[in-house]
Amino acid sequence: MTTFEAILLTIVTASTPLLIAALGELVTERSGVLNLGVEGMMAMGAACSFAAAVTFDSTLIGVMAGMMAGALMAALFALVVLGFAANQVGSGLALTIFGLGLSGLIGAPFVGARRDPVPPVDIPGLSDIPFIGRLFFEQDLFVYSSVALTILIALYLTRTRSGLTLRSIGENHTSANALGLPVLRVRFVAILFGGACAGLAGAYLALVYTRFWSPGMTAGRGWIALALVVFAAWRPGWLLIGAYIFGAATVLQLHAQAAQFGVPSQVLSAVPYLATILALLLLSLRHGRAVGAPGSLGAPFVPDR
Amino acid sequence: MFSRKLFGAFAGVALAALSASGAMAQAKDKIKVGFIYVGPVGDHGWSYQHDQGRQAIVKALGDKVETTFVESVPEADSERAIEQLARTGHDLIFTTSFGFMEPTLKVARKYPNIKFEHATGFKRAPNVSTYAAKFHEGRYIIGQIAGKMTKSGVIGYVGAFPIPEVIAGINAFYLGAQSVNPDVKIKVVWANTWYDPAKEGDAAKALLDQGVDMLAQHTDSPAPIQAAEARGKFGFGQASDMERFAPKAQLTAIIDDWSDYYIARAKAVLDGTWKSEDTWGGLAEHMVVMSPYKNMPDDVKKMAEETEAAIRSGALNPFKCPIYGQDGKEIECKGNGALSDEQVLGMNFYVKGIEDKIPQ
Amino acid sequence: MRFELTPRTTVSPVARALAPVAAFIVSFLIAGFVIWLMGRSPIAAFDVYVLQPLSDPWSLQELLVKATPLALIAIGLSYCFRASLWNIGAEGQYVMGAILGSWLALKTHGTEAGFWVLPLMLVLGIVGGALYGLVPAFLKTRFGVNEILTSLMLVYVAQLTLDYLVRGPWRDPKGFNFPQSVTFDPSATLPPILESGRVHYGVFFAVIAVLVTAVILGRTLFGYRLKLTGDAPRAARFAGFNSRATTMAVFAISGGLAGLAGISEVSGQIGQLQPSISPGYGFTAITVAFLGRLNPLGILVAALVVALTFIGGESAQILLRLPLDLTQAFQGILLLCVLAADALVSYRIRLVTRGGGK
Repeated sequence: MTTFEAILLTIVTASTPLLIAALGELVTERSGVLNLGVEGMMAMGAACSFAAAVTFDSTLIGVMAGMMAGALMAALFALVVLGFAANQVGSGLALTIFGLGLSGLIGAPFVGARRDPVPPVDIPGLSDIPFIGRLFFEQDLFVYSSVALTILIALYLTRTRSGLTLRSIGENHTSANALGLPVLRVRFVAILFGGACAGLAGAYLALVYTRFWSPGMTAGRGWIALALVVFAAWRPGWLLIGAYIFGAATVLQLHAQAAQFGVPSQVLSAVPYLATILALLLLSLRHGRAVGAPGSLGAPFVPDR
Repeated sequence: MFSRKLFGAFAGVALAALSASGAMAQAKDKIKVGFIYVGPVGDHGWSYQHDQGRQAIVKALGDKVETTFVESVPEADSERAIEQLARTGHDLIFTTSFGFMEPTLKVARKYPNIKFEHATGFKRAPNVSTYAAKFHEGRYIIGQIAGKMTKSGVIGYVGAFPIPEVIAGINAFYLGAQSVNPDVKIKVVWANTWYDPAKEGDAAKALLDQGVDMLAQHTDSPAPIQAAEARGKFGFGQASDMERFAPKAQLTAIIDDWSDYYIARAKAVLDGTWKSEDTWGGLAEHMVVMSPYKNMPDDVKKMAEETEAAIRSGALNPFKCPIYGQDGKEIECKGNGALSDEQVLGMNFYVKGIEDKIPQ
Repeated sequence: MRFELTPRTTVSPVARALAPVAAFIVSFLIAGFVIWLMGRSPIAAFDVYVLQPLSDPWSLQELLVKATPLALIAIGLSYCFRASLWNIGAEGQYVMGAILGSWLALKTHGTEAGFWVLPLMLVLGIVGGALYGLVPAFLKTRFGVNEILTSLMLVYVAQLTLDYLVRGPWRDPKGFNFPQSVTFDPSATLPPILESGRVHYGVFFAVIAVLVTAVILGRTLFGYRLKLTGDAPRAARFAGFNSRATTMAVFAISGGLAGLAGISEVSGQIGQLQPSISPGYGFTAITVAFLGRLNPLGILVAALVVALTFIGGESAQILLRLPLDLTQAFQGILLLCVLAADALVSYRIRLVTRGGGK
């Protein structure tokens, strides 16, 4: 394996949790709900998946538990913002704080436990293609799923009736309601989906990426996922690209150090964040203001208002 | 028993103040010992090892002690947590991170009858001792192992922050490697975190991608050594024995073992013999412990054991003179045949042969 | 089965005042249940978390120390949030204020510079925070870039800048190369109010900020404009209010107050620059702003309540060995309950049970 291939592989695995979490949030936001609780749901996903995987000695059960935990957290959020029409920014933040705390309680007994690596799945034939073979066809299942999920969500949003419903609710919930569309029900499902994805991303971190659990291990990745959704202008295809660019920025700054350029490491560490701001800026320069943001994003929905 | 370093001015102040207070200690039947940790006890690195030390006190002294700890105390807001311990009847308080230095001194001034122990700092007071470990002794040994075992001739090092302790560690590691393999190269990557498993893992992977086949780390999680294991390369555990996370990759681990020191200090308070002092213990004092040498050929193992014995007996000092800076000039030797303690504790230069620059 | 919400036409002020109290009781019950599940006594926990800190002068003083930066930052944030501008980068503005203010302290270190150093430091702190806060505001008004994300990304950049400075150019030359600046001279130190205490004059800044804000929001055109910009941006534009100018103004205000909190903490509490100068005040203040329902007096109370959970949380670790995570989980639940209770007051909720329909 060449160095270049190896670096690309590392980038793909570093980007995958960001992509999965961001995809979920994208669907939630497309329905018009802003959930800032991604970090908390992700932390819960990581803790619960690891606890379950160790207890039952099964990665599959762990993954399911992680998604369940994320979805349960999302359901709590949905209760507050849909049921009580509470402020979404505040509630999302509360969810993050709550999730970080609760995940600490759940994970504590599992500190020090470890899991064996999840073997990469080799697609016979394809993985023998020179260069791109190893890169594209010898990854773990999560990587394949994240790419598949991107395509499915893109198709769902643009090609299906239900996807159109979701989008029109996100664009303008008042007129969608007037048309008889079930605003709250669709949003509820979208929030749950977002939670399950965040939980899955957490499970990936705990079960594949680090293979042990530690407090605060999500380390701000939920926030990056939120940034990526805006960066991608709420489009799944761009999300894939954005996640890989961000992953590349984080990994390449480490390579820049190893290559001994002599630039202060803090400058290199700041590159991914500055790059995100720059990307957001360039994007809006090209497309004009607030590209692609769903019209009703973040506004509570109350009928007859 | 414990080697002592004296920092001119500070020690002078400390001694003067000590004689003033008169150390009117008396024996006690039962004491309360408190600990302030900078991270969660579950970090499996720094704070975890301090908590192992706490548990060792309980085991050794039984019902003569009661221990408490406060975890994840932010350095910028630690004064209150330390004072909370002081106010709740603790007789001896360990503050286990460099950033707790000023708050510890402030609280200590207010509670002159309580004994404080601050890890890795350099300011003392009549009721504040400092202690740290000579981790660089262990790093010299793992450097030798890496130098002997590397096939690519390039070894990697994941550092947390470019502070003197880490720099000294890198230098000791590289000097060890150079002593058995003069042409060996080292690549350093700064993770800019003590603890973020995914980021540390990424840093390790970046080094492995660049062709290193030996990986040392000075960050706290098992992620880097685990990355080495996944690639079939070798690594060294940090702070605690990480064999569980990398059974095939861990050649040995440098373990921070605070148990003996903590027990000794608690006993000193019980006996009324506690004095403010500065302790800098290494392999000889059992403050730095090497986990069993594994996954290596017998001759390498033998070499490592011999080096360990030589350092322990005092026959070998990793920073024995002459030491050359990156520019090839000899570093002034202020100690007795080796760099002085102050030179090691404040180290801010790389030795000759390291091609990287220290980030400023 | 589903919920149906209808806005209440009249909201009783009594209900509005009682809502947070009810939210408190509910979150205490939930926390008590969790503590009971963990096999501890919820009553003992309540005693340690709440009653003991409130009945002890030392804890009360610590409460003020901890609440001061939280209140200052949260008051600033309330301007942004009222205008529906989501500045979540107060942590970065706090750090930048501290950096710019400390620059003067380090420049004048060891000189004969007099009484003017401290006031100028505070001004520089405000300027530093405000300028840093203006970056996302400018990007938003000029280019339409989402302020939530830019303000957050800038937090990391500010922290790394501080890190670079204290490990590099601003490192104390006599500090054995440890990452920290020199200790500030007395002329650059915000003094404590009482000789032996830890409460510094920053507490007055917080109180002044609260009072001034109460006046601005209640009695000025600017306050009205804020509310209108947030609730009905189009109406605000019709009324001739410049939403761009408002955006810049509120970001400058909230950044400035965060910066003031930053320099006050560094010069009054820590006494030097070091890699970490905030235990996440900028983020916790967001909770405080919402808990206080963006109301100046509410924020003052909320800051004290949140400070209480931190202090109680530490006591609970020491006395009851309850983990720190419990405190954090409780803060999350409390905020959720307050937001939900608030909504309950504003809307009538009916549980509709019927099949299908739509």
